[in-house]
Amino acid sequence: MAMPMKRVFTKRRRAAIKKALFGSELSRSPLAKVAIYVLLVSISFFYLYPMIYMVSNSLKSQADIINPVVNWIPTQWYFGNYRRAFGVLNYFPSLGSGLLITLLPALIQTAVTSVIGYGFAKYDFKFKKAWFVLVLMTFVIPAQVYMIPRYVMFFEFGLLESPLAIILPVLVGQGVNSAIFILIFYQFFRMIPVSINEAAEIDGAGPYYIFFRIAVPLAVPAFITSFLFSLVWYWNETYIASLFLGAGYPNLQLRLANFVSEYTAIYASEELTLINEGVRLAATLLIILPMLIVYFSIQRWFVEGVERTGVTGE
Amino acid sequence: MMRYKMTRKLRENLIGYSFIGIWIIGFGVFMLYPFLTSMIYSMSNVRILGTGIELNFVWLENFRVIFQREEGFAFVEALVSFLRELVFQVPIIIVFSVMIAVLLNQPIKGRGIFRSIFFLPVVISSGPVINELVSQGAGGASFMESYSYIRIIQDTLNPNLAGPIVAIFSEIIIIFWFSGVQILIFLSGLQKIDRQIYEAARIDGAGAWESFWKITLPSLSSLIFVNIIYTIVLLATFSENAVIVSIKSNMFNINTGYGVASAMAWVYFAVVMGIVALTALAFRPKRWRGER
Repeated sequence: MAMPMKRVFTKRRRAAIKKALFGSELSRSPLAKVAIYVLLVSISFFYLYPMIYMVSNSLKSQADIINPVVNWIPTQWYFGNYRRAFGVLNYFPSLGSGLLITLLPALIQTAVTSVIGYGFAKYDFKFKKAWFVLVLMTFVIPAQVYMIPRYVMFFEFGLLESPLAIILPVLVGQGVNSAIFILIFYQFFRMIPVSINEAAEIDGAGPYYIFFRIAVPLAVPAFITSFLFSLVWYWNETYIASLFLGAGYPNLQLRLANFVSEYTAIYASEELTLINEGVRLAATLLIILPMLIVYFSIQRWFVEGVERTGVTGE
Repeated sequence: MMRYKMTRKLRENLIGYSFIGIWIIGFGVFMLYPFLTSMIYSMSNVRILGTGIELNFVWLENFRVIFQREEGFAFVEALVSFLRELVFQVPIIIVFSVMIAVLLNQPIKGRGIFRSIFFLPVVISSGPVINELVSQGAGGASFMESYSYIRIIQDTLNPNLAGPIVAIFSEIIIIFWFSGVQILIFLSGLQKIDRQIYEAARIDGAGAWESFWKITLPSLSSLIFVNIIYTIVLLATFSENAVIVSIKSNMFNINTGYGVASAMAWVYFAVVMGIVALTALAFRPKRWRGER
């Protein structure tokens, strides 16, 4: 009789220890929680390291950069790097021309892909599956395979170095990552019950009236998310921009890509203003600044948008 | 009755096509036509003259050039190192994003803040920005050097293996930066799993570790597939990718030109599609397998 009693006792004690360490079945133990926080904070630091490094070094003067004692915090806040980077990037004019080929394509992309996504979501037409597979294919295919003839085509029509080379493909649903936006709208519009369409049809509404007056107002979250992602992707897009626009229409990203040569062209004569990592990182920060502002003011829409629009749906 | 049905069907077809028609036009003009033309270019000598484009059909000459001339060697080398990096980077990104998603799915405070930290790189990582960060040592190189991890790796492993591993470690953070979207996709997948399944498993005696392998991972399987494809495409279309840079520079190179550049683009296309097809075969969700 003694043996089973003992076994029960140790079992219970082990459970008690386990509970203290790992928490009971339903509520997590404080220890596990602390571990999760420590893990998340340290990974976040590691993750943000390039950003911290960038901010810290862009505020260092030449002396601070060379000085091995100065690690994270500069001896004095030095804004000379920013002043020079600002000049070399030709910041505001480049920002303006950059916004034209960012905002406009993003707006058009959102509008056009919503129409296409709606068509796929709500109507049953012939070869629908085949077309949809082709839409998805356009995302997977490396752009290089069709960009060279596109380049020649734009050359023939005299569209190189004109923003139209960026905007025309967007107008017909062939912009940067258009397939993803079509997919977002497809998933979103599919969530709207068919009965709403049927009820509107019985009331005599035409398909386009239903789209503009019923579907579009219901899909505001999808529109916002698509617009923001378009904006970010067009802002960060450099392959098409450098190929089609090139030196004739430089936006900020392209100026950053040529930063070293442009910098040396301007400051070649002055030895004191040698290019260093401080200036280059200041320039980099200036490039990402507009998107950082957009992100931190409305980051909820970015992060929740992915879930809300049901991109990940079945 | 029959006629009514027919007209209704026709009507639906017409309306459907009126919505997606614009895409079909765009697909024809900006995808299909350039795609087919590119095939012709890859087998031609292409020159742009003042009067127009001059094409001389040369069959597979351009493809031979890739394996014969210096420019071609550089391209092949870039392609091989891209593939080597892909093999390492895709698993790193997928494992990292599953891990972060699981951590973020715990009932913790400040989840929104962490979530926006991990998504931040998506907003800022363009080719030139990443390029600057890596070249200035912000990608992790200086971080790793200061703890002399790189020396340890170089000393202990043989050079063939150490090379790629050192390359990965020196930009490890940037590799993690490519996982922003994947983390969110996994996270939304995790939130769809019914809590009751975990409770049932717990009652049956499963620990957190077992629940992860037996419940969490299997329910993410189709999202893992989606994310692997997404990651491959993301890395393959990244504008600072050496292969893409090589193709672009050969377009404007007098020795090679549009013809050879197109041939290179086709080689790249074949390689990327091959990888996508292989991963699709290996990782396709179970319900697809059932259908066949």
